[in-house]
Amino acid sequence: MRSLKTPAPNMRFVEAMIAVLICAAALAPTIAPAGEVLSQNRRSDLNHLLRHDCGSCHGMTLKGGLGPALLPEHLTAWDVDSLAAMILRGNPQKAMPGWSELLSDAEAKYLAQRLLEGDAQ
Amino acid sequence: MILNNGRFLCVPVLLLLIIVGMAGHAGAAQTLRGTGDLGLIIERASGSLVVVETTSHTALGRVEGLGDLSHASAVFSRDGRFAYIFGRDGGLTKIDLLRTEIAKRIIQSGNSIGGAISQDGKLIAVSNYKPGGVRVFDAETLEMVADIPATMEDGTLSKVVGLVDAPGQKFIFSLWDAGEIWVLDFSVGPEPGLTKFKNVGRNPYDALITSDGRYYVAGLFGEDGLAKLDLWHMDAGVTRILDGYGRGEEKMPVYKMPHLEGWARAGDYLFLPAVGRHEVLVVDASTWREVKRIPVHGQPVFAVARPDGRQVWVNFAHPRNDTVQVIDVPSMSIIRTYTPGKAVLHMEFTPRGEQVWISVRDEDRVDVYDTRTMQVMRTLSTQKPSGIFLTARAGRTGL
Repeated sequence: MRSLKTPAPNMRFVEAMIAVLICAAALAPTIAPAGEVLSQNRRSDLNHLLRHDCGSCHGMTLKGGLGPALLPEHLTAWDVDSLAAMILRGNPQKAMPGWSELLSDAEAKYLAQRLLEGDAQ
Repeated sequence: MILNNGRFLCVPVLLLLIIVGMAGHAGAAQTLRGTGDLGLIIERASGSLVVVETTSHTALGRVEGLGDLSHASAVFSRDGRFAYIFGRDGGLTKIDLLRTEIAKRIIQSGNSIGGAISQDGKLIAVSNYKPGGVRVFDAETLEMVADIPATMEDGTLSKVVGLVDAPGQKFIFSLWDAGEIWVLDFSVGPEPGLTKFKNVGRNPYDALITSDGRYYVAGLFGEDGLAKLDLWHMDAGVTRILDGYGRGEEKMPVYKMPHLEGWARAGDYLFLPAVGRHEVLVVDASTWREVKRIPVHGQPVFAVARPDGRQVWVNFAHPRNDTVQVIDVPSMSIIRTYTPGKAVLHMEFTPRGEQVWISVRDEDRVDVYDTRTMQVMRTLSTQKPSGIFLTARAGRTGL
């Protein structure tokens, strides 16, 4: 029902974002959006972090806990940049810590990308 | 004739039954055992648990098919035979520890965080995030006997945390979104009594009940302080303790919520994790005043007293979660720092405190420490271990 009401430009935007991401991933699989190179090891660490440490509050399967669910269908209002910014900044009103002390811009964008693609599990 | 033939045939059949029966009995005699030294280790990523015994430190078997066990916890039936596992996905599973199998399993909500067993062992209460509230089940059949939505003034539901049992068939819990503490009383009959304490503070994140069952203490994430309810004097209401312990200083990002448990008391003191600070707060349990702050390695998650109260063992939040520190209670100082490995999640003492079992999630290992020699005496290989729960909890209020 919701998708019927969604304005077409938004859909196009989402599709465009996905296309950009797919292209970015295909062209330079080890280069994060900010240009910083993420090694395979680091990416594997980040995948682990997402599942187990983000999972402390958002659930190991990201279906939510004290924090909200983070599956793609819950993140339709977000894009990679806004989600990465939220990860780095946090939301003190909702107990979401800012991760800027532990993660670089590129790493936050990698996590955001994983979440929006829905393959974080 | 027919009758005689029938009788004749009965004899070998009876003999066979007797032999089979005796064999079965002999088999049972070999495996007869108590449950006082049993426990379980949650394997959070694989939806399984391992039943263990603490006398010779061995795994007795694995039980699988328990769903999403991230943040799973357990309580025990009063005879120590059954464990009730509360899973993240709303699963409530009753485990037969002696048979190492699932006795019963239901999905009771969409998202749950913990549970408790009533004083008489007949009721199991589960605290839920979705739908926010508490549901209570018959411990024998797992049939629901009460559904208590945590409805706030605006009509929406609050997430529920810090659910514990209390003497007199009570359950007590806190409402994360509403900042309230509710007391559910099943001593009055099947329709429980409900007492609400409002405005206890912003975002209670977890709670403990002292082992005598008298004080319920909820930690507040949104404020520097804790909310205390004296169950002997409920009319006095909820009061604040350690008010302003952070004194308005900006706290560090909290990457994992601390936990409060009844193990916090050591002698005359309670040892509590400070939120967003590298400190353990020490509170005088008679005056409820702060006695000292002990600087520690990171933000504490659990501060667990050895049963004799001589030591308190502390683990830490991400990213400093590879370490365990031991506080000497008389001197209130750190006497030992261990680095067992990445993601030390939980610590559980044997009932008399000669061992402590420590789970190291990312190393797929549980280490058993001898608390006298302070050395690792045994290591068990498990898959992504998190919570460790021993049956001695069966006899303790609030655990």
